[in-house]
Amino acid sequence: MSEIPPITDQPDAPKIGVDSWVAASEERVERARGARGLALGAFERTPPPFRLAAFVAVACTLPLFVSSGNLFRYGFFTLVYVMLGLGLNVVVGFSGLLDLGYVAFYGIGAYTYAILSSDLHGIHWPAEVTIPIAIVVAAVLGLILGLSSRRLLGDYLAIVTLFFGQAFVTFVNNANPKGLTGGANGIGNIDNISVFGYTLTTTRQYYYFILAAFVVVFAALWSLVRSRIGRAWMALREDALAASLMSIPVNRLKLLAFVFGAGIAGLTGAIVGPALTGVAPGNFDTSILITIYAVVILGGAGSLAGVVIGAIVINVSYELLTPATPDRARWLFYGVLIVALVAKVRPWSRLVTVLVTTAALGFALHELAAVSSSTATTGEVNTGGFLTGAIRSWVVIPESPGRLPDYGYVLLIAMILVLTTVKGWWRVALLAPTLYLAAFVWENLLIEQPSVTRLILFGALLVALMNLRPQGLLGTARVEIV
Amino acid sequence: MRRLRGIGIPGAILIAVVIFFVWEIHNKGWTLFFTLLVNGLTLGSVYALIALGYSMVYGILKLLNFAHGDVYMIGAFMGFGVLSLLGGALSPSVNVWVLIALMFAVSMLGSGGLGVVIERFAYRRLRDAPRIAPLISALGVSFLLQNSALILFGSRYRDYNTFDLVGFGGIHIGDVFIWKMRIFVVASAVALMIALTLFVARTQLGKAMRATSFDREAAAMMGVNVDRVIASTFFIGSALAGAAGVMFGLAFGQIFHFMGFLAGLKGFTAAVVGGIGSIPGAMVGGLLVGCVEAFSQGYANGNWSDLIVFGILIVFMLVRPTGLLGTRAIQKV
Repeated sequence: MSEIPPITDQPDAPKIGVDSWVAASEERVERARGARGLALGAFERTPPPFRLAAFVAVACTLPLFVSSGNLFRYGFFTLVYVMLGLGLNVVVGFSGLLDLGYVAFYGIGAYTYAILSSDLHGIHWPAEVTIPIAIVVAAVLGLILGLSSRRLLGDYLAIVTLFFGQAFVTFVNNANPKGLTGGANGIGNIDNISVFGYTLTTTRQYYYFILAAFVVVFAALWSLVRSRIGRAWMALREDALAASLMSIPVNRLKLLAFVFGAGIAGLTGAIVGPALTGVAPGNFDTSILITIYAVVILGGAGSLAGVVIGAIVINVSYELLTPATPDRARWLFYGVLIVALVAKVRPWSRLVTVLVTTAALGFALHELAAVSSSTATTGEVNTGGFLTGAIRSWVVIPESPGRLPDYGYVLLIAMILVLTTVKGWWRVALLAPTLYLAAFVWENLLIEQPSVTRLILFGALLVALMNLRPQGLLGTARVEIV
Repeated sequence: MRRLRGIGIPGAILIAVVIFFVWEIHNKGWTLFFTLLVNGLTLGSVYALIALGYSMVYGILKLLNFAHGDVYMIGAFMGFGVLSLLGGALSPSVNVWVLIALMFAVSMLGSGGLGVVIERFAYRRLRDAPRIAPLISALGVSFLLQNSALILFGSRYRDYNTFDLVGFGGIHIGDVFIWKMRIFVVASAVALMIALTLFVARTQLGKAMRATSFDREAAAMMGVNVDRVIASTFFIGSALAGAAGVMFGLAFGQIFHFMGFLAGLKGFTAAVVGGIGSIPGAMVGGLLVGCVEAFSQGYANGNWSDLIVFGILIVFMLVRPTGLLGTRAIQKV
């Protein structure tokens, strides 16, 4: 770092080729010191094949040391989101085409595999045949959907693809139970994947299988996006008209992006279907779509490593926010709040003020509620493990809350929105009640329905990221060229 | 002949669908036809109001507001809230007309306010961002609203129960039975659309809206407060969606948290079919989409009616992207 001379700001020097945004970005990289700078620098210096190798090494060995029954399942689904994110990244991140029917290709892959090797139609083709067929079927349908991108742009394309996803679910759902796709119940008893005589039966084996598929897809995409095609995709994303003037075959490249995205999704589907031993229409609805979008946008559209990190973050929060483990969900919630506060509230005096005020406010309100009504603080704490005692004496949990948490939820959203508009000490003053309200709503409403909560959070994440940090964690910021 | 060449396969499908409908009308008689027509017109006027919101926002920001359908859903729930607060449909504590007026007023104001908030916090910063950014933000808002409704209201259906609403029976015209509520709904939709047309054509703010949608920067230079104009566009569009939500509840009874998704898609279809940016176009498109849906539910398998509606959308987008009444837009570079 030291050999790079500092950018000297001479007012009269001509700044040919230095855009204000580029300069700001370089300055930011220069400034990122400390642990974050070190990590960023180390990441930047590592050659990409080594990054992949390091990731695979960790992914291979980690489950051997940590003994938890579900770990392979978590790992498997993390890799599923990574694969889906990689495919979507080709369409949205590199080519800039908003494809809202992407989940359909995932479903098409899974259904193709299921139709060709299950008891439903009595066909039991081997996986060496059905997986390529699933990829090809998904890719061909991707090509057909992509054809609409020849004439439609932006919002119109988005709505047609959204319809395509909806049409797939409608089609699958309304088929005859004995018909092609098994109707609303889906297809059960799918054959396990069996490659060259070796049959995958356990989650562990599926985990390693999808890890292998991930390595192939990742390596292929990594070399693809650095090739002529990848550069052409990015040119197309930045300015389709300019790209076509540079003799880039715009339409063909759009189709190619759709085909690649759909093919990867089809492959993923063909692995997930047998791993779950069944496919049903509900597995491919819009809640999966929002999760995949959250993965890609959080990681940074257009960044392959970002997708991996985004998928890990999203899947970990997805698995923690399940009805079975409210105590882990609680750790996640309070942990994220504390980390966000520590990272964002500066200086330290202000942070301490906020934390102390919040704690004091909580105890005061708790006392007040306990005095005013005998049932206001005697509600059941949803099994909290270590935190239970602290929560019981800090958060107001009425025995029969009625509609109160609902009003609290609406008020909480309003307060968060107001928080984003005020500055300075006003923000500090508002932060404490907002935090306490968040804890109140969390304990009384959100923790009861984690599967809805996570979709709310993913939706909010998309809005917040788009407004505050559209490049995600690892993406590169884009500037609109006027 | 030259004009026809571009239509190709989609046009052939459209003609086949029309022939199928004519054949079914011939088979199943006129009573069913008129019953379905009334259904279609009622549904269509709801879609038309949703389409207007899409159309206005699209015209002014060139943004497809995915959250619009969910604003409509929230509007329906607001109307239901007022209805339950005032004693429900069976024993309203105030005069029926006052009740309905209150439902509309609360829902329209609330939805309008919601629209302004969405614009302020989810779209305003993204006005000059790459095109894909506000769309993803809109997707997020849509999910946020949908799942918020799920967590606040639960997943069960709510019933407006308006078929028992005091003073609203039905009338017989020949063999056809028509609920008076449906007539009222269609009439109020038409009234809202006339009011909107007059508003856009005659008032200062309407003029500012037209100017902003024509050229935002030039309008700003002429002294138009663009931020305020866009906010009022969102207010009016979302208020219309809220009214549409109440109307759907009044005419069809059942509302639930996921109703906004498909209704939003169909409202957008209506806007495109009619010609996006055109107010009479949205009306025509909405009625057309509503009738197609009602007829395909009546004559074909009801489960496939959504697919037929979206098939029409795709045909229109590919063959005539300007819609029935729209004007040709030239992409500026």
